[in-house]
Amino acid sequence: MTNWEQFLFTFFNAKVMAAYLPKIIDGFFLTVWLALLIVLSGLALGLLLAVVRSFRIRPVNWLIVFLVDLFRALPPLVIIVLIYFGLPSVGLAPSGFVSTWLSLTFVLAAFAEEIFWAGILAVPKGQWEAARSTGMGFAQTLGWVVLPQAVRLTIPPLTNRTIAITKGTALGSVVAVAEILSQASAGVSFSSNPSPLTLGAIAYLVLFVPVVAFGRWVETRFAWKR
Amino acid sequence: MLSGGAILEARGIHKHFGHLHVLKGVDLVVAPRELVFIIGPSGSGKSTLLRCCNRLEEPSSGSVVVDGIDLLDRRTDINAARRRIGMVFQSFNLYPHMTALGNVSLALRRVLGRSREEAEEIAHAALRRVGLDEKANAYPLELSGGQQQRVAIARAIALEPRVMLFDEPTSALDPELVGGVLKVMRELRESGMTMVVVSHEMGFARAAADRVLFMDHGLVVEEGPPAQIFGEPRAERLRGFLRDLDRH
Repeated sequence: MTNWEQFLFTFFNAKVMAAYLPKIIDGFFLTVWLALLIVLSGLALGLLLAVVRSFRIRPVNWLIVFLVDLFRALPPLVIIVLIYFGLPSVGLAPSGFVSTWLSLTFVLAAFAEEIFWAGILAVPKGQWEAARSTGMGFAQTLGWVVLPQAVRLTIPPLTNRTIAITKGTALGSVVAVAEILSQASAGVSFSSNPSPLTLGAIAYLVLFVPVVAFGRWVETRFAWKR
Repeated sequence: MLSGGAILEARGIHKHFGHLHVLKGVDLVVAPRELVFIIGPSGSGKSTLLRCCNRLEEPSSGSVVVDGIDLLDRRTDINAARRRIGMVFQSFNLYPHMTALGNVSLALRRVLGRSREEAEEIAHAALRRVGLDEKANAYPLELSGGQQQRVAIARAIALEPRVMLFDEPTSALDPELVGGVLKVMRELRESGMTMVVVSHEMGFARAAADRVLFMDHGLVVEEGPPAQIFGEPRAERLRGFLRDLDRH
């Protein structure tokens, strides 16, 4: 075999790829589902925390800042392992899927809270004053005037962070979540050939290139000159 | 003037910012349909006094009663009271994510609970009053500074306030845009609106004001009809202030 044939046999082995394609497709849809859950719950929780923080109740804010710093400091894999292997000792036994979902949700929520909060602070004070001077209350002003502007300001950093954390679904392979990477490495072990990993890489591209493109579109769609 | 008939009555207002004593016991009493002009050098406390009148700034002591409502009473619903007090800012502060129509109708819907149709009808009428109904669907960034300020005036008058506060409404405008805003203010005055104006537009003060207050260092130094304030100023600080204005 020439080097080139050797390379193709190793990484683009058609027979192996055909055999493991169904598994990779299963892993693909599980990853999509997991990523979707993480994005929805992570962003929602992050926004909720930022809104609560804007009421500036001191002890509550200390707690939020502490939790946010905690989840921004810990490596996501450590959180997944702690939840998966640690919670059974207190009588809860989350599945690998739930552990990964919760962990990445907390991490995304922590980063999203900081980003939303920075966005809220970036809205000029005059916007608050104008709305309050028309008789709108604090919550109304926040909801109708400040948040729509804050969210728009935060879309670029938010899409970047969301994509980065969603890719962390690959960490679920450590706690037996049958997502793309997990299916691919199982395929590699069974077939003694790395081609399933190639398939896995392609699956990630198919999933995340559109997401990245979507992020770019959202950024331009919601950008507005100030 | 009988204080009982006043629309706005601020008495003995003090305001401290940390160690800074910005207002040192100021009275501001405004009768219905009156236009009161407040002039003075920057840092004299005139904007702070105005902002105390709708409690955007909390006075350190004193009392503020607007349309019979004690603004500083803890039991007062401040949002309900603020509906009766329109405010126009130096930097317009239009909501950039909403059209002119959206800016004017927001409080009508969320504060007064009007339906979308009602709110937009009132908003269109308010925009007509400031001569900008054809810009109803424009976003603030698509408008000139003067147009933005007129939309901001429409946003305030749409709520039918009992008194309007203007905080240097033309200071951020290019000179050629000032006239349009002053024209709207003059029409507002002719329609009988009670107004308190902090501004450096002395020509407008001379022509339209009923009374002029000169403030310096947190106090009202001199007060009277414009003819007296500009024609026969008594206080040395007022004379100096007017001399400096002439020089520019």
